[in-house]
Amino acid sequence: MPKVALFVTCVADQVFPDTAAATVRVLEAAGAEVVFPAAQTCCGQPAITAGEPAAAARLAHHHLDVFGALDAGEIDAIVAPSGSCTAMVCHHYPALLAERRTEAEALAARTFELTQYLVDVLGVVDIGARLDTTVTVHDACHGLRNLGLGHETRRLVEGAGATLVEMTEPDTCCGFGGVFSFGFPEVSTRLADSKLGHAAGTSARYLVSGDLACLMHLDGRRRKVGPGTVPQPIHIADLLASGLPPKR
Amino acid sequence: MLQRALHNLDRRLRTAGESAAAHPDWKDRAAAIRRETLLDLDGWLDRLEHSLVARGVHVHRASTPADARRVVVELAQARGARTVVKSKSMATEEIDLGNALEDAGLTSVETDLGEYIVQLAGERPSHMITPAIHKTLPQIRDVLAKEAGTDLAVDREALTAWARDRLRGEFLRADIGITGVNFAAADTGTLVLVTNEGNGRFCTTLPRVHIAVMPVEKVIPRLADAGILLPLLTTHATGQALSNYVTMISGPRRAGEVDGPDELHVVFLDNRRRTLLGTRYEEMLACIRCGACLNVCPVYRNVSGHAYDSVYSGPMGKVLTPLLSGGTEGADLPYGSTLCHACSDACPVKIPLGDMILALRADVPDPHSGARRRRRIFWTVWARAWSTPSGYRLTTALGRVSRGRVPGLQAWTSTRELPRPARESFRDRWAKEHA
Repeated sequence: MPKVALFVTCVADQVFPDTAAATVRVLEAAGAEVVFPAAQTCCGQPAITAGEPAAAARLAHHHLDVFGALDAGEIDAIVAPSGSCTAMVCHHYPALLAERRTEAEALAARTFELTQYLVDVLGVVDIGARLDTTVTVHDACHGLRNLGLGHETRRLVEGAGATLVEMTEPDTCCGFGGVFSFGFPEVSTRLADSKLGHAAGTSARYLVSGDLACLMHLDGRRRKVGPGTVPQPIHIADLLASGLPPKR
Repeated sequence: MLQRALHNLDRRLRTAGESAAAHPDWKDRAAAIRRETLLDLDGWLDRLEHSLVARGVHVHRASTPADARRVVVELAQARGARTVVKSKSMATEEIDLGNALEDAGLTSVETDLGEYIVQLAGERPSHMITPAIHKTLPQIRDVLAKEAGTDLAVDREALTAWARDRLRGEFLRADIGITGVNFAAADTGTLVLVTNEGNGRFCTTLPRVHIAVMPVEKVIPRLADAGILLPLLTTHATGQALSNYVTMISGPRRAGEVDGPDELHVVFLDNRRRTLLGTRYEEMLACIRCGACLNVCPVYRNVSGHAYDSVYSGPMGKVLTPLLSGGTEGADLPYGSTLCHACSDACPVKIPLGDMILALRADVPDPHSGARRRRRIFWTVWARAWSTPSGYRLTTALGRVSRGRVPGLQAWTSTRELPRPARESFRDRWAKEHA
């Protein structure tokens, strides 16, 4: 049984704990045993996007201390329910932690985004979830372009029996961008409207993505202008977990 | 309107995605040529100068935009020139040459149709390949009709025919033709120019003097490299396998030749480019000005080129503007990005634009140093707190108590709801369940 350390991400830990719990359920349904390293905090991504790499590096050192210490013989993989936080570790850590580059690269090599781990590492597309619904996918930017993800979420959705309806430009940014959403709220909001409009054009029930930040942005906009409208933004872990049989 | 225009351009470009130059291997070869050049930029420039001089070309080296303007203005004045025709060139936009010529009492006419419209409107180009893409056809009619002094029909062909006729006269009476350079081959001393309207060829053959303004990174080692780079440029700029006109210039008119200028001058423009060599931004000098990163950028597509308040817009402008100005211009531009990395993916010479935009946020000196200091203090305190589990627990507990009501969130919450921290964190839930 593969053993996975959950890299929960601060956003899931503090704001969306249900999504974190769903991630654990999905991983377990796929046959993995999940442990939670309690000393983890945040990967440092907010600081690097704010233009403060020194502050980000401090968090990155801590993250590397916590997850790098896990015995490779004991833990098979480190998995996060976020393409963006995974990209921080895999794409940015080796340069950010130049003096610990070898360690950082080793950590990057065993850190995976949830759908990447399920489909590309475990080779699982059917975790036993059954979904009788329609879904459209938003390709979150960092998963798509830093990690090369795309087909994984779609295969899992279809593996659960849901109908996939592609929107126009599924690979265009939702407009969040961390500090960008505060610094340029008008453009950021227009991009969210554009994404929500494309998603609505599919008449799907759910708008699924692998990044809570995008979903927080899109759902935040939806709740402001059209609460209750579809598609409802939802994380892939929440969607899949909702189709799993009740826990014994 | 802009989004529709860009969408049409994007569709053309996607169709061109099947051409050979859109193939990943082609990009790899192009990226390798550009990096080979940057490894010894000064050496290639010396070789280019040597080849150009051997062909009877005059080479001028300008380290600043002011130097470059002075070279051109003095050349024009020494020859008693009155009228200059210009082919589309970002380098001359960069040094604001048109205005410098006007200030020196010369008439300077842009001859690319889009540039001509923008010049008549008293504006700046909003896109480096399609300068007037922000204008609708009726708006263009108004601009041209005002210049014509008569009414013109809102009709693409009629308007183009009017401009063509008007510009033909300008070509014939111009004393000097000014162009940029797309590539300059060090081995042969050949200047390569890409245009679609033939105006570049008029500028380089009709006037007695041709002056080419060439940013230093335009040098390529061998003319044969153009075989890779040219189709790459046109495929990613306009979706064409090759532009309508590709002009290769090898010196002024020689005895027995029927056309070409009496004099050919090339101005090597540095403008801080060589200071980028050996830095993490060196690869920005690989840019071939195709505009692919603009077309895919969600922010550019929303705000248009003028919002950048800079000659270079879009993702490449966010990187190049602060670098070329030493941070005095465009210091805020790197923040105007969602960091979606669509630009990095689109770049045909594989410049990591997204990573550079991110790095510049830390590296560009902030004109508002007070704000930068406060920002640094905030993130330093945050990093200290969150780099220990106890500090993280304490601060997130405070966040829960305040239910996320912290100051400074209005920019978000005026258009979007912000979720509140959960009553119980995942880690607390996990600890309870696994006690």
